[in-house]
Amino acid sequence: MAYKEQRLIFKNIDAPGYTRDIACYQKHGGYEILKKGLAMGGPAIREEVKKSQLRGRGGAGFPTGTKWSFIDPTKVTKPIYLICNADESEPGTFKDRQIIYKDPHQLIEGMILSCFANGVKLAYLYIRCEFTEGWRILETALAEAKGAGFLGKNILNSGYDLEIHVHRGAGAYICGEETGLIESLEGKRAYPRIKPPYFPAVLGLYMCPTIVNNVETLCHVKHIIEMGGEAYAKIGRPNNTGTRLICVSGDVVRPGYYEFPCGALTLGELIQHVCGGIRNGNRLKAVIPGGSSAKVLKAGEVYKIKEAGIDGKMVEKELKLEDLRLDFDTLAAAGSMAGSGGVIVMDHTRDMVECLANISTFYAHESCGQCTPCREGVLWLKKILSRIAEGHGRDDDPGLLKEVADRIAGRTICAFGEAASWPVQSFLAKFRDEFAQRIRRNGNAAKKDLVSLTH
Amino acid sequence: MSLPLHAGTENCVGPEKGEITPAFDKQADELISRYPVSKRSAVLPLLHLWQETFGYIGPRGVEWIARKLSLQEIQVLELVTFYPWFRQKPYGRFHFRVCRTLPCALGGAGKTFAALQKLMNLKENGHGGAMVSEDGRFSLEYSECLASCGTAPVVLCNDAFHEKVDDTKAATLVAECK
Repeated sequence: MAYKEQRLIFKNIDAPGYTRDIACYQKHGGYEILKKGLAMGGPAIREEVKKSQLRGRGGAGFPTGTKWSFIDPTKVTKPIYLICNADESEPGTFKDRQIIYKDPHQLIEGMILSCFANGVKLAYLYIRCEFTEGWRILETALAEAKGAGFLGKNILNSGYDLEIHVHRGAGAYICGEETGLIESLEGKRAYPRIKPPYFPAVLGLYMCPTIVNNVETLCHVKHIIEMGGEAYAKIGRPNNTGTRLICVSGDVVRPGYYEFPCGALTLGELIQHVCGGIRNGNRLKAVIPGGSSAKVLKAGEVYKIKEAGIDGKMVEKELKLEDLRLDFDTLAAAGSMAGSGGVIVMDHTRDMVECLANISTFYAHESCGQCTPCREGVLWLKKILSRIAEGHGRDDDPGLLKEVADRIAGRTICAFGEAASWPVQSFLAKFRDEFAQRIRRNGNAAKKDLVSLTH
Repeated sequence: MSLPLHAGTENCVGPEKGEITPAFDKQADELISRYPVSKRSAVLPLLHLWQETFGYIGPRGVEWIARKLSLQEIQVLELVTFYPWFRQKPYGRFHFRVCRTLPCALGGAGKTFAALQKLMNLKENGHGGAMVSEDGRFSLEYSECLASCGTAPVVLCNDAFHEKVDDTKAATLVAECK
């Protein structure tokens, strides 16, 4: 069957009898790849990662090999740091949680390999504090790894030293932004830094070169070293290599987490065949394909997409929403993004005004407050949307919303401004009628139960 | 709530008056040792430690941590007010966080919240912060995405995580809090 998962990272997750302790991990071949990597040497590992064309799984999809190549361990005189970004908090995403809770050693092995490859001696694992149990699991796993000689001084007699510490966040979404995360790790408010000059590869943690990678990305490094960069690059599609963890939530029969080769299936196949279709026999209305910051896709839409054909020539194709491949490039061409892999599905009974009001409430709560357009603007988005949802909308509110959103994106230090504006811009562009309708029947709308979506 | 910056322990109420044991002090030192480059990095870990030990972070906590890390008190206090996890007042012994972000909202988080509020007999406090029951047993608040959207709606009770919490499960959870 075409919809069979290919599990690399989730191979042992939920497997019967698999436990998260080091003994079980080693029984399943754990830390063998570390030995292989230590024998290969750092430059060889970096080369394999580059060949694999791995793209970061945190949201931006930046090539990991390129990110690493900004730092040359042989030339840098300052210490180099690596931080694992385990601040998973993009609404709709819950993949890293599975790795941390069910297979923490896989992450640690990938992290040690990545640290070794980049000459890192001290690394931090930044985990969101709501994963309280996950934090304890990681502390235990790190102690186990150290006890077995995979961490600490002279790892497996290679002469290489590495310490990894867990650092807990404190409930702020902005800490997922890499420079905000660095500020937070330095013991400050998580105000993102402006780039340039504060590229983490140059002026990162303690103003030293720093690599920040997502949990899933670091796990992929282990599999790349296991199978070789070229073999890994054959999984998935060109420029969209490897497997991808996909999290599905919202109105589907079987929400959950799945792993497929990147671009192996379409949005329609994912929803209909993998997740069992829309629940309660309802119809599809809208999909947010890459975490709540991604632009919404509307059922029935047709996208014009340029794609390389078999002969390598670019051809323009018309694709329906259901036929969009779930990879970085296709979703970007459709005007949205693959982001963090969180697919949120909404059925035809859902009120788009309420859904957007909910999303904007999230961003209003999470804006760090550093840049004025975002701090003030996102709050206004929330206020205006709440008043429409509560039945006090004004005729010019949809226009006003668009105007406010347009003035946030591109005027902030970090990408949060875009993340907060994109949902508003896309919902308004695609569901304008619903906003107007809601405002026309103001009085009736007020009677609806709104608690679930806008509180 | 405004906090007197240089308040001494006499301004503290409740458990924040508790003793700072040698074990606590040792734990703090262990946490600080994880940041050999900059002690300031240990502020968040120490704030967690303080809140887990004393229930909340009052002026005494701010002062103690600042002194421990050779910082100005404002450098600690500004984190308490920035990060939503930290609180300046005691919560109930059983603190519930209900995820309210889109996937959980689609899954009925609002109903779960209303059910919990009724079961705990909590009144709206008007300022949107956590509601605390009069006997100090329960407190309840909405939280942003808890990263388990596939099993919505989700609830965090103290450190314990609960999935697919409908009305019935909410009742069981509350009954188990003794």
